[in-house]
Amino acid sequence: MPLLAFLPLLLLQTASDTPPPTASRPPAGAPYAMPGEDAVDPYVANNANAGAIPFKGEAMAVAFHGQDGIRRIVDGFVTRNFADPVIGEIFQGHDQARLRRTLFEQFCYILNAGCAYTGRDMRSSHKDLGTQHADMNRLVENLQKAMAEEGVSFPAQNRFLAKLAPMRKDTVDR
Amino acid sequence: MTTRCLTLAPVMAALGLATAPAAAEPLRNGGKLLLTNGISSIEGASGGGLTPWATIAGNETRDGIGASAHATIVELKDYDYQSAGISVGLFDRVELSFARQDFNTNEIGGALGLGNDYAFGQDIFGAKVKLAGDLVYDAPLMPAIAVGVQYKKSRNDAVVRLLGATDDDGIDYYLSATKLFLSRSILVNATVRLTKANQNGLLGYGGDRNDDYSVQFEGSMAWQLSRRLAIGGEYRTKPNNLGVAKEDDWFDAFAAYAVNRHLTATVAYADLGSIATIDKQRGVLFSLQAAF
Repeated sequence: MPLLAFLPLLLLQTASDTPPPTASRPPAGAPYAMPGEDAVDPYVANNANAGAIPFKGEAMAVAFHGQDGIRRIVDGFVTRNFADPVIGEIFQGHDQARLRRTLFEQFCYILNAGCAYTGRDMRSSHKDLGTQHADMNRLVENLQKAMAEEGVSFPAQNRFLAKLAPMRKDTVDR
Repeated sequence: MTTRCLTLAPVMAALGLATAPAAAEPLRNGGKLLLTNGISSIEGASGGGLTPWATIAGNETRDGIGASAHATIVELKDYDYQSAGISVGLFDRVELSFARQDFNTNEIGGALGLGNDYAFGQDIFGAKVKLAGDLVYDAPLMPAIAVGVQYKKSRNDAVVRLLGATDDDGIDYYLSATKLFLSRSILVNATVRLTKANQNGLLGYGGDRNDDYSVQFEGSMAWQLSRRLAIGGEYRTKPNNLGVAKEDDWFDAFAAYAVNRHLTATVAYADLGSIATIDKQRGVLFSLQAAF
């Protein structure tokens, strides 16, 4: 069981790191890959990997209709991206189950809707994808459509995008 | 495609633009976010209706080449204005533009002794380079910053000199900083312009009251209501070089709508103040822009 083999390593790493604040700490012993996902190289799970400081208060979580709304948005977003005639190609061959989970965690964490982020940081998770600015813009449009479909107000959409916009330097590599 | 890119590489290198894509990359045109190419201002540079922004015309990103064309009409109390132009955007970095303006004096022309329907006109060749920053992405407080020049040539040489203008051509220099503050859905632009132009050049350059360059300020604010729709206003200060015809600052209130990726329609209420001795020139601006 390769998953279990990573567990002691994870525990060791977490123990040796400066412990993050309790509220933002990922669940103890959370595996890198959940059942149904492909195995990934080990890394240290940390909320800082989400690449943005979460919103304060509940307003944004409410605007996105809580974890249920965020899950619907992420599902619509991922489905659109895989089916996209322009950027769909970039997603082919990537672990869709894992992407849905880690994106949900990231959005939920940033929107302060009660999640920890256990995925990799933005630079390593987008490494060598060969994405360009036009791809990022296309992705943003897909996210806008998914948020609009969920009925998130346009100002709230933009407030969220404001958290993601500074990530472009780490997610676009050519 | 690759060949075209290769031929442009020395040009980009000559301009000192290190961010041009590697010559081996094929061009990839299109891909800008809706509305982030701005609209064509009356002088041809991309921006708001009255003032240039630190945007680059066309739908291209840093990986391609884009282009746009526009037509604008302004129906004022006593005058009609129209302009049309084309722009090319290179790698979301360099913009080259041409615009032709026509300003019809209608019956005022007769009253001024120029003849009814006398039209002032000028041609404007513009170049703009984005120096740093990004309109939407990267550091939230770092705007896109661009510098530009506009060479303007009046087509009414004799008449503008008769009005007191020193020259029938001139060059404007400007610096623009523009940012879309996503967290507030608000776009802010500030432009500083060095100019000698009278009524943006339609009445020549320099004059009996003042013949030196002056520093003018142009500001825009827009509120993004949806992916496709933004409303806002602009203010533009102007010199006052001619003794016979005072100038006022300009302002407008606009709504810009991205019909699709290629077409932006703008309608505005514009107050252009006193023009060629006739006060209170207010009216409606319509502009259509096609971009690729």
